[in-house]
Amino acid sequence: MTELTLVQAVNRGLQEAMRSDPDVVVLGEDVGVNGGVFRATEGLLKEFGADRVLDTPLSETGIVGSAIGMALYGLKPVAEIQFLDFIYPAFDQIVSELAKMRYRSGGQFPCHVVVRAPYGGGIKGGLYHSQSTEAYFCHTAGLKVVIPSTPADAKGLLLSAVADEDPVIFLEPKRIYRSVTGEVPDGDQRVPFGVARTVRPGHDVSVFAYGAMVPVATEAAAGVEAEGISAEVIDLRSLVPLDEAAVLASVAKTGRAVVVHEAARFCGFGAEVAALLAERAFFSLKAPIARVTGYDTPFPYALENVYLPDNGRVAAAIRATAQAG
Amino acid sequence: MGMPSRPTLIVRSLVAGRRSVVSSTAPRSAPADPASEALGGARLLSAYRTMVLARALDERCLALQRQGRIGFYAPHSGEEAALVGSAMAMEPDDWIFPAYRELTVALVRGTSLQSVVDQLFADAGDASKGRQMPNHFAFREQHFVSVSSPIGTQITHAVGAAMAARYRKAPVATITYFGDGATSSNDFHAGLNFAGVFRAPTIFFCQNNEWAISLPRERQTRSATLAMKAEAYGFPGVVVDGNDVGEVYRAVRAARHRAVAGEGPTLIEAQVYRLGPHSTSDDPRRYRNDQEVEAARGRDPIHRLRTELTKAGAWDDARDAALVEDLRGTIAAAIARAEATPPVDPLSLFDDVFARATPRLEAEREECAAHPAAERKSP
Ligand SMILES: Cc1ncc(C[n+]2csc(CCOP(=O)(O)OP(=O)(O)O)c2C)c(N)n1
Ligand SMILES: [Mg+2]
Repeated sequence: MTELTLVQAVNRGLQEAMRSDPDVVVLGEDVGVNGGVFRATEGLLKEFGADRVLDTPLSETGIVGSAIGMALYGLKPVAEIQFLDFIYPAFDQIVSELAKMRYRSGGQFPCHVVVRAPYGGGIKGGLYHSQSTEAYFCHTAGLKVVIPSTPADAKGLLLSAVADEDPVIFLEPKRIYRSVTGEVPDGDQRVPFGVARTVRPGHDVSVFAYGAMVPVATEAAAGVEAEGISAEVIDLRSLVPLDEAAVLASVAKTGRAVVVHEAARFCGFGAEVAALLAERAFFSLKAPIARVTGYDTPFPYALENVYLPDNGRVAAAIRATAQAG
Repeated sequence: MGMPSRPTLIVRSLVAGRRSVVSSTAPRSAPADPASEALGGARLLSAYRTMVLARALDERCLALQRQGRIGFYAPHSGEEAALVGSAMAMEPDDWIFPAYRELTVALVRGTSLQSVVDQLFADAGDASKGRQMPNHFAFREQHFVSVSSPIGTQITHAVGAAMAARYRKAPVATITYFGDGATSSNDFHAGLNFAGVFRAPTIFFCQNNEWAISLPRERQTRSATLAMKAEAYGFPGVVVDGNDVGEVYRAVRAARHRAVAGEGPTLIEAQVYRLGPHSTSDDPRRYRNDQEVEAARGRDPIHRLRTELTKAGAWDDARDAALVEDLRGTIAAAIARAEATPPVDPLSLFDDVFARATPRLEAEREECAAHPAAERKSP
């Protein structure tokens, strides 16, 4: 076990994956000499050399498109997109090519690329250094989408992503890159996809969150404890595939659900969780499902704290859900 | 990293060629006035003043960010001559499609220093209502179009606006600013291609400051120059010494004449150097050495123009000291005013998503207003 920050755990995961498999290569803008603008790739160029750590021209199309070519040929590229907000030049490559290569070739051309990107608000980054647009990727068949909220999960999920057979969009909550530290198992300790994590057990309300909203939800749940409300917090951490069994089991117990994410509400991932509960847990529900999310506006700069769900908003939703019905 | 030698001859020949263009098809908005084609006299002094203001603002803003008084800043030190010279070559009806290092262009266009500073503070005086990070300006009146963070996206917009101006038969050109890194973007190539095919009256102004965050210019292209990329798209590309305000001015002036005369676009590569960090989030010592920066300081565009003006007897140390002091006072006053300006209204979050808020947004606005715990302060 080693005590690491979340971004250090990402770095350690990349390092271990590269040490154990010479087919793993890393590419992106500023990932080599600079070690990544968030330092996620620090030290990799020195250890593995410029053939495996590629500082690319400023082209996300080029980064993902060439990663696809490498993967088709048999390498295991891990592409870094500097901010999720800058992934759109590569959107065509991701949704039209990466996601569909296996399917459209009848399984002849599997295409395993890991696309890493820091995402989310809380760093005064304004419109283009803050967005949470995971839903675009979740909506595209053929892509797996995972989001760690702890250092151990960051490394464990990343090792699973590199070992997976399918394309993975690996989103890193940059707001808690350094504010969260934790014990991380040494060695090849993978965290499997499709398994949610119970952060805190409870029996009155289920709170589902992921990424940087996990600490916010956990703090709110701890806060309402004093009022006699026992809130269970579940970190979904793997959005695709989703641990539907864990979601359903929790609500079977509590009968009440709050979903928290920073992304805009309309067509956000919370809508999928709410629909799952409406379809498969309807008769367990004792209260309407609540969503605490970003508003349906672009991500603001000056008003970031108004936009982002905070302890107060989550606690209010837990209270209202606990008391409803 | 050595500076490539500058083929300034190309510029001269383009400028020479321009005269015949001017005499045959003089644009309506900008009557051909050969005397005004070179920056001199009062205009050169005014260029110098703006450059000194820009540098002083940079220094002040870096300090403000360190003190936590503004959230972010992208300095443009070393790029002042290219920014000022190019902006002065454009006419008031022309349109500007900037990136995030073009604060100085906004000042040349007549945007007030207060408006610029209010944007940096994202306060209630900000024309963009605190929506964007510092340096991402938008000034409608000056035709200074809203800056985006995603690299290169403005390049195609400039082409479209130029096509629209020509459709309306307006004697207008557009200019778009972007960096060396942006020449790797999709929009750079699509923009140049469209401009070539449609002979759009556009000027592509590439600020080659040798770095795209940590990546040197060589990491963007194997081409000998960035300017030469224009050739493949069927129009001229020129390299200018971006530390020479007069040379930049003449090149942009010539390109603008070409544009409004219907002769199509021009790509101008201004060779400059990013003296500061990429932004306040960057530590350039991780990827470049101080000697390189020191060498570039020797080519500082402000020193260069000061020396020129002094030699010509138009300037001296006493006036320089007075100017710097005066500008520092002006900047301090603008900052004091911005800090006394209230923050933006929290419920303005829901404005401008659409021309009129949808019922859903109005419901969210009410929900937000009812939530007292939101920490409603500007960054
Ligand atoms: C599409 C996109 N990818 C990545 C980034 C992150 N980024 C911001 S500035 C920058 C470098 C830009 O370099 P250049 O075009 O030379 O402009 P300069 O900063 O030197 O003025 C990068 C990679 C971005 N803003 N947009
Ligand atoms: Mg540059």
